[in-house]
Amino acid sequence: MTEELRHAVSLRVNGIHRAATVVARRTLSDFLRHDLGLTGTHVGCEHGVCGACTVLLNGDPVRSCLIFAVSVAGESVTTVEGLRPDPDSLSPVQQAFHECHALQCGFCTPGFLTTVTAGLAENPNPTPTEAVEMIAGNLCRCTGYQNIVDAVLRAAQIQRDSL
Amino acid sequence: MSTRYFGASVPRTEDLRLITGQGRYTDDVGQQGVPALECAFVRSPHAHARIVNIEVGDALEIAGVHAIYTYEDLEGPAAEPLPVLIPHPNLHAPRTAYVLAREFVHHVGEPIALVVADDRYLAEDACDRIRVEYEIRPAVVGIAASRAATHAVHADVPDNISAHLIQQVGDVVAEMAAAPNTLELDLDIERSCSMPLEGRGVYARWDHDDRSLRVYSSTQTATSVRAAIAAKLGLPLGKVEVIAPDVGGGFGVKIMHPWAEEIIVPFAARALRRPVKWTEDRREHFISSAHERGQLQHIRVGFDDEGRLLALDVTFWHDNGAYTPYGIICPIVTSTQLLGPYKPRSYRVEFYSMYTTTVIVTPYRGAGRPQGVYAMERTMDAIAEYLGQDRTAVREANFIQPDEFPFDQGLIFQDGRPLIYDSGDYPRQLTMLKELIGWDAFGQRQAAAKRAGQLLGIGLGCYVEGTGPGPYEGAHVHVLTDGSVEVAIGLTTQGQGHETVFAQIVADELGVQFDKVRVVAGDTRRFGYAVGTFASRAAVMSGSAVALAAREAKAKALSVAADLLEVDPVDLELVDGMVSVKGSPSHAIGLGQLAVLSNPLRYAFDEAAKQATQFAKPADPDRPPIEPGESPGLEGLQYFSPPRSTFAAGMHAAIVAVDPDTSEISIVEYAVIHDCGNMINPMIVAGQVHGGVAQGIGGALYETLAYDSDGQLLNASFMDFLMPYVTEIPQIALGQLKLGHIQTPSPLNPLGIKGAGEAGVIPVSAVIASAVQDAVGLPITSMPLNPSALHALRHTVARAQMPTRPEVAE
Repeated sequence: MTEELRHAVSLRVNGIHRAATVVARRTLSDFLRHDLGLTGTHVGCEHGVCGACTVLLNGDPVRSCLIFAVSVAGESVTTVEGLRPDPDSLSPVQQAFHECHALQCGFCTPGFLTTVTAGLAENPNPTPTEAVEMIAGNLCRCTGYQNIVDAVLRAAQIQRDSL
Repeated sequence: MSTRYFGASVPRTEDLRLITGQGRYTDDVGQQGVPALECAFVRSPHAHARIVNIEVGDALEIAGVHAIYTYEDLEGPAAEPLPVLIPHPNLHAPRTAYVLAREFVHHVGEPIALVVADDRYLAEDACDRIRVEYEIRPAVVGIAASRAATHAVHADVPDNISAHLIQQVGDVVAEMAAAPNTLELDLDIERSCSMPLEGRGVYARWDHDDRSLRVYSSTQTATSVRAAIAAKLGLPLGKVEVIAPDVGGGFGVKIMHPWAEEIIVPFAARALRRPVKWTEDRREHFISSAHERGQLQHIRVGFDDEGRLLALDVTFWHDNGAYTPYGIICPIVTSTQLLGPYKPRSYRVEFYSMYTTTVIVTPYRGAGRPQGVYAMERTMDAIAEYLGQDRTAVREANFIQPDEFPFDQGLIFQDGRPLIYDSGDYPRQLTMLKELIGWDAFGQRQAAAKRAGQLLGIGLGCYVEGTGPGPYEGAHVHVLTDGSVEVAIGLTTQGQGHETVFAQIVADELGVQFDKVRVVAGDTRRFGYAVGTFASRAAVMSGSAVALAAREAKAKALSVAADLLEVDPVDLELVDGMVSVKGSPSHAIGLGQLAVLSNPLRYAFDEAAKQATQFAKPADPDRPPIEPGESPGLEGLQYFSPPRSTFAAGMHAAIVAVDPDTSEISIVEYAVIHDCGNMINPMIVAGQVHGGVAQGIGGALYETLAYDSDGQLLNASFMDFLMPYVTEIPQIALGQLKLGHIQTPSPLNPLGIKGAGEAGVIPVSAVIASAVQDAVGLPITSMPLNPSALHALRHTVARAQMPTRPEVAE
């Protein structure tokens, strides 16, 4: 059998130029995890429902399990590994998730962190109802979402306080 | 000591790696070194079939495919049926699967062939080319079909009954005959499942030089997986190490072991001398892991005019799926925990565990309790309605009182020990619950809603939960020369915060700073004997073991210090990591230096060792450096093994709204009162309750496992299996969910704690059924309840009540 055709893909991931050669059907999530070694992005359902694999594509949240790596060549991707402003500190969203006990097993967490990061960029001052809406597309099986909603509100406060 | 950590909401140690993408789940392992080959399985598309032939064809010709295994490739213990983990004398017909199917398959999803390839994509390509010829046999789906036994799941079990068990206390027949009032109920509750966001996963690395195996598994029990792999692959135990790395949720499904995949993946790694891994996809998790909950229940109850239970006679049929590897734990739990906080004068319970050609049934958070509580609480509501009493009054009339502990229910519990409740205060919980939900004022609210055309209902449910069953857990506490403390426990962690809570206990016991304590869980290299993380037992069992081991290390530290300072150990105290003579803090020795001094071999590798030499006394030439019975190092190794389980309890209440037109059910308010004894970390306990309530709501209103009559699971995806999003769960931030705690310490362990892991989920189906029934005024006997089912029920009754209305074609 002939070898599957491979394609060179280069893009910016967390601000760094990255390149790899992959088959056309390689999903972005597998590409990030297994070709680039960025295993912080998790795959929960492989069909775009749970949101664990959410990354930011040019700043917008997308489901990396539903996107082929070859289709984002030349674009800019941010994963959970890229949310820290520097190696010694946490982003407001990360800090809030820790303070509010907004994670238990941590598997869905990267998808929530990226989703909320994008959500707060769009709406820096969410009401509790808006905080609920912000995370309404991601599944968590551990927390009942209580502390995640709190963390959204707390992250907004940390962001405001740092201005 | 300035700070006490036990009881404080200490933020979690494990968070930092998990929020920065640095966690290590099973599929993350092996990024460096030789890349792991990846697996895909050919799984049965039929619920019941004989395998006539397997044709591998040209699957092996695909570039990057390394091996294909079927049953014929297995040998020795690996070719024998998988074990029955928990045999029981009444499990008279246990059946288990093979690692890869041998001749027969008994549910859709059963593994038949394994393909190992460079990656999962290629392995799945190869699976598509493997042709399996089946002779299809009749599917047996649902308890009714299993009971009818027109077809047998296993040919040698013609009645489909794997187990039959009766327990009774008192004379139910006589009490029932004499009871002034009797009622009968038929109830059913459908399947649900754990559904962790991370499925199962196994990574195996064979070291051919060392003839040893390292396995990472997304499991709730590393030690038992290790023992199973060693036995099945014929390896000495010392040549197998199993690590449960970060685990993305368990909720019960990952206590089942060994999964076929936990045997065949290491088998392939050894055969190929390459790392091999399998990461379960979501459809595989639906059709080849485990489910729970499905039961049919028949209840007869006799009671007096106050609603006091005189005779309770329960028969139920439990769907155990295709095999019984986990025994009959779930139905035993249902049959015993059904009693909740009540004390019937007589009780008889009989169950049949039934085979069906569906995925196996093993414990899911609650493990049979939600079904038992559903049966009991539906019965309580029925009694209240019959007598025209308030539902809380009937429950109060039956409560075990605070001065009646220990209270012996007269039954044998899941752990084979007497069902004796250790402590609790049920009347106080009910008082708090009524206050929290506004029970007494609800009638006016309901009437006002009705006037406005709205259907509101209130309901409640009470439970008692046996937690922390034995037989044991252990802990190793090791004070290092730098004064930091390494703690190892044998059981695993999958989100409960064990690294944090056990460090809290050790920090208090040893008088050291919390951040000086590091906890390792679920790594057989660090701790060999353990049972596992299930049955709300980690805090009770490992927490107690950790406290005992820390106390042993502390005693040794005081002994070493006493010897040096030439004082009695009772005159010493350990504060902030320093041992000193009471009242004389200037003469203090640090724990790190004591760790150095506890070891006669004192190479001055670090500052503590250099400083410790100033305390060292000249050795007595007539005594050995290590006295008989003593050991070098500042360590504690202790096991905790309680006589029986400790009993947590709680009560929930809900106010629901039912849309008069669409029958959509909304939870308006939800209240929880919870008692798990002394809390190590209230923040983490609350988190456990939050998550449990959400899973309970999923099970009550959204989640089913929809098998058709051919045994195909129709909703095996997150598109169709409706796990709740945030929008389905009442939120504290929106004033919809309220929590209250009481603490009745357990007398059965050194910390007075009870388990908290499962509590939140247990009464929810009972509570929602109660509230919906109150809203619509119709008996709710089948859960979960979706709007379509409720609408059909209301429609049917409406038509029945209006016999003169002409039939209208729809």
